Amino acid sequence: MAKPLASIVSAGVTRFGVREGLYARELFVEAAREAFDACPNLSPKKDIDGLFVGMMSESYEHQAHVAPMIADWLELLPVPAFRTEAACASSGVAMRCALYAIQSGMHDVVVVGGVEKMTNLRTADVTEILGMASDYPFEQWHGISFPGIFAMMATAHMARYGTTEEQLAKVAVKNHENGALNPKAHFQKRITIDDVLSSRVVAWPLKLYDCSPISDGASCLVVTAPKLARKFTDSPVHIVGSAQAQDTIGLYEREDVTSMNVTKIAAKKAYEMAGIGAERIDVAEVHDCFTIAEIMAYEALNFCKPGQGGTLIDDGITSLGGKKPVNTSGGLKAKGHPVGATGTAQACEIYLQLTAQAGKRQVSGAEIGLTQNVGGSASTGVVQIYCRGD
Amino acid sequence: MVLTPPPTIESFYKFCAERKLMGVKCNRCKKVTVPPRSVCPDCGTPDLAWTELPGKGKLVTYTIIHFPPVQFQALAPYPIGIVELAEGVRLPGMIRNIRFENVKIGMQLQTDFDTSTSKEWPQWPRYFFREP
Repeated sequence: MAKPLASIVSAGVTRFGVREGLYARELFVEAAREAFDACPNLSPKKDIDGLFVGMMSESYEHQAHVAPMIADWLELLPVPAFRTEAACASSGVAMRCALYAIQSGMHDVVVVGGVEKMTNLRTADVTEILGMASDYPFEQWHGISFPGIFAMMATAHMARYGTTEEQLAKVAVKNHENGALNPKAHFQKRITIDDVLSSRVVAWPLKLYDCSPISDGASCLVVTAPKLARKFTDSPVHIVGSAQAQDTIGLYEREDVTSMNVTKIAAKKAYEMAGIGAERIDVAEVHDCFTIAEIMAYEALNFCKPGQGGTLIDDGITSLGGKKPVNTSGGLKAKGHPVGATGTAQACEIYLQLTAQAGKRQVSGAEIGLTQNVGGSASTGVVQIYCRGD
Repeated sequence: MVLTPPPTIESFYKFCAERKLMGVKCNRCKKVTVPPRSVCPDCGTPDLAWTELPGKGKLVTYTIIHFPPVQFQALAPYPIGIVELAEGVRLPGMIRNIRFENVKIGMQLQTDFDTSTSKEWPQWPRYFFREP
């Protein structure tokens, strides 16, 4: 295993879902409180020297300039604070920035997290805001909704590889099963294939239960230089591979609409950095904003060959108890998708898994984990690899 | 050489008002670019000329939007697709005047224009696709 880039020494995540009466800053404090309380050797005010916050949109709360606000509410003033925006990969990119900070030597102990408060607006308004992550003059202008973008990938994937609506539905069923074991998930109930197939069509072939929900929530990690990790915990989780790639803002400008090139490129680099291949991953959190996205993630991460993603879900390989459990948290689909919080929430789940704190959804003996976070129509892709440090 | 009008997104949509699908063609490598950019994305030269495209192409992928963005609510459900034009460039847009069961990947489509200008920013007319 390669040398660690940085180490996670604590993590916190709020319950995801409709969190009425709470502002984004208050949700972030809730996540950070959990991370700080779980790390008694950490004196936040004294030790933390940087803050990175992923958040997609100012429109939900009419609030810009959130980095100083979060720093203030965490009682961390005057530490330098940064806000990153990369649509649904906002906090995945925040983690990348935290790595730059640590690797540069300019920071030793940082907080990196993400937050989004979405449910205070009407669904139609939230859909408009999410849609801003697609190309305005050529996609939004022509009535293409955000689910419509992923629906076009699904149609092409089905036509090229024979992937079926039932296989897409099985992704939702699996992730709801895992969500039922996660006390912080937005949805903690099991669903059936029929529930998915008979739910309202949003953008054919995607139905309501193929789509991740609109959620409130925050997540955060305390990340240190590897040599300092032991000062804070006996069981750190090391980040041993990390890569990011970009693609065109418009889906239409890409040669292949059946795959996520950003994930392919980032995964290849991250595996090389970590010095391992896909077969070594014990547990993964992937970006299932829509069920088709999880199928395409399997393929881009080299969990299977292109076009075989549907077979992987059919065979139960990615179920809890399968050979390669994916989205043990419930994924974006059942855990919920407060967009800015998602990237670091994935890392929180891997942290819990690799430190054997994942409760009923624990993958026994998990030592190596992976997160795959995507922004927009896969215009941003972040892949990271983690290993147990104890 | 300075192009008139400039190779911008706004110029592209102003041409749509004249029922013309216009791209830029690189004078060096001959690549056609739609929407236009100020330099050729393949060879990097700004030596470009406007070129009118016949607008014929085939459907790469599609969806039927049932839950649309707010300003499209009156039209739903409606089909949307990505069309690869004969020149190798792709454009996304609405497929109009077609029965949903007739929408098929690989089908031939023709670009057409809705010249009724939007009342909202940015006040552009829209192109769309239809059966030839």
